[in-house]
Amino acid sequence: MNYHWNWKIFWDLSPTGDGTYLHTLFVGLLWTLATALAAWVIALVLGSILGVIRTTPSRWAVRLGNAYVEIFRNVPLLVQMFLWFFVLPEFLPERLGNAMKQMPPPWASYVPAVLCLGFFTAARVSEQVRAGIQSLPRGQRFAATAIGLTQPQVYRYILLPMGFRIILPPLTSEFMNVIKNSSVALTIGLVELTAAARAMQEFSFQVFEAFTAATLIYIVTNIIVVTGMRRLERHVAVPGFIGPVQTGGH
Amino acid sequence: MFSQFDWGVISRSLPYLFREGMTFTVTLTALAMFGGIVFGTLLAMMRLGKFKFLSVVAAGYVNLMRSVPLVLVIFWFYFLVPYIGAWITDADRPVQVGAFLSSLITFTMFEAAYYSEIMRAGIQSVPRGQVWAGYAVGLTYGQTMAKIVLPQAFRNMLPILLTQTIILFQDTSLVYVLSITDFLGAASKIAQRDGRLVEMYTFVALVYFIICFAGSLLVKRLQQKIAIIR
Repeated sequence: MNYHWNWKIFWDLSPTGDGTYLHTLFVGLLWTLATALAAWVIALVLGSILGVIRTTPSRWAVRLGNAYVEIFRNVPLLVQMFLWFFVLPEFLPERLGNAMKQMPPPWASYVPAVLCLGFFTAARVSEQVRAGIQSLPRGQRFAATAIGLTQPQVYRYILLPMGFRIILPPLTSEFMNVIKNSSVALTIGLVELTAAARAMQEFSFQVFEAFTAATLIYIVTNIIVVTGMRRLERHVAVPGFIGPVQTGGH
Repeated sequence: MFSQFDWGVISRSLPYLFREGMTFTVTLTALAMFGGIVFGTLLAMMRLGKFKFLSVVAAGYVNLMRSVPLVLVIFWFYFLVPYIGAWITDADRPVQVGAFLSSLITFTMFEAAYYSEIMRAGIQSVPRGQVWAGYAVGLTYGQTMAKIVLPQAFRNMLPILLTQTIILFQDTSLVYVLSITDFLGAASKIAQRDGRLVEMYTFVALVYFIICFAGSLLVKRLQQKIAIIR
C-alpha cells in the first residue's frame, strides 16, 4: 500500500484554467455558502409562517401545516432535489418551465437547489418554531389577549420574541444542516464545496488531500457558525429568564 | 397536459425497481442500523465512561461525523476503504471491496455518530442510583451495563432510534452519487434509459413518502404504547 501524498497540490494549477486547486475549493465554498444562505432565508420565513399557523386555533390551518411538514419530512432530500430540478419544470406553464431549464449554467442548478433546500428546511424550522411557541406558558397568550391585543399582536409582541429566543440553539443546528445538505446539490450539477473537492480529486488524483481540505473547511465553517450564534444568543438573551448561563451574579 | 407522460413505464419496471433496488436499500438500511446502533452504543459508553482518553476520542469522532456532509463522508469511505483493506491484509495495492460493502461501512460509521448521541441520552436517562445499586450487589461494570442500564436505555430511546432509522432509510438514497443501484438508483437508470424522468422520480417520491410516513405513524403508536407512566 503506497499512497503518494502531495500536500503542495493545492498550489498547482487546475486544468480548468481558473487558477489553483485551492481557488477551486474556495469558489466551491462560496457556492456552498451562497446556496445555504439563500435557502436559509426561505426556510426561516416560510418555516416561521408555518410554525405560527400550526399554533393557531384554526383547525384547518393546523392540518395544512402538518401536511406540509409530513410531505417534506418523509421524502429523501435527494429525491426532492430531483423533483425540483427534473420534474417541476414539466408541470409549470410551458414558458416558465422552459425558462427554468434554459438558465445559464450555475443558475440552472442553483435556483432549484435553493428552492429545494429552502422548502425542505422550512418544514424542520416550522417544527422548531411550533415547539418554541408551545413551550411558553399558556398564561402568556391569555394575558396578552386579556390586555386587548389582537391575534397578530399577541404573536408579534408576546409569543414570537420569546419563542425565537428559546429555539435559537436548535435553529443553529438547522442552519448547520442547510450548509451540510447543500452538498446534495452536486447531484444536479452545482459545483459547491464537496463537488469542488471531487473535481479536484478527479483532475489531480490526490484523493485524500482534496477530501481532507474539504473536511477542514466544513469544520471551520461549523465552528464559525456555532461561535457566531452563541454570541447572538448572549446578545439577545433576556436577563434572568432564559439563554446561556450568565457569568457573574444578578 | 398529462398526455405526454407515459405512466406505464412504472408498472413495466416494477419488478426491477423492487427486486433490485428496494432490496438493496432495505438490506443496507437494516444492516447499517444494526451496526450503527452497536457501534453507537459503544461510542456512547466510551463517552460516558471513566477513561478520559476514550471519552475524548469518542466525542471527537461524533463531532467530526456530525460536522461533515454525508455526501462527503460517502466519498471519503469509498476511496479510503480500499486502502484500509490493503493495510489490514498487508496487500501492496488497494483492495476492491465492492459497492455494497463500501456503502455499508460508510453508513454504519456515519449513523453510529447519530445513534451514539441518542444512546448517550438514553444511558443518562437511567437514574444514577441504579448503577450504584448494581455495583453494590457486586455486579461488574459490564454486567451493570448489560443487565440494568442498557435495557432501560434502549426502551426509553426506542422511538427515537426508530425515527433515526427512518432518516437512515432516506439517507441511503445518497449512494446515488456512487452510481449504485439502490431504489433511487434503479429508478434513475430506467428514467434515463427511457427518457421518463418525470414519471419515475414522481413514483420514487411517492414510494418513499408512503414507507416513511407509515413508519413514522407506527413509531408514534409505539411511543404511546411503551411510554412508562411515571
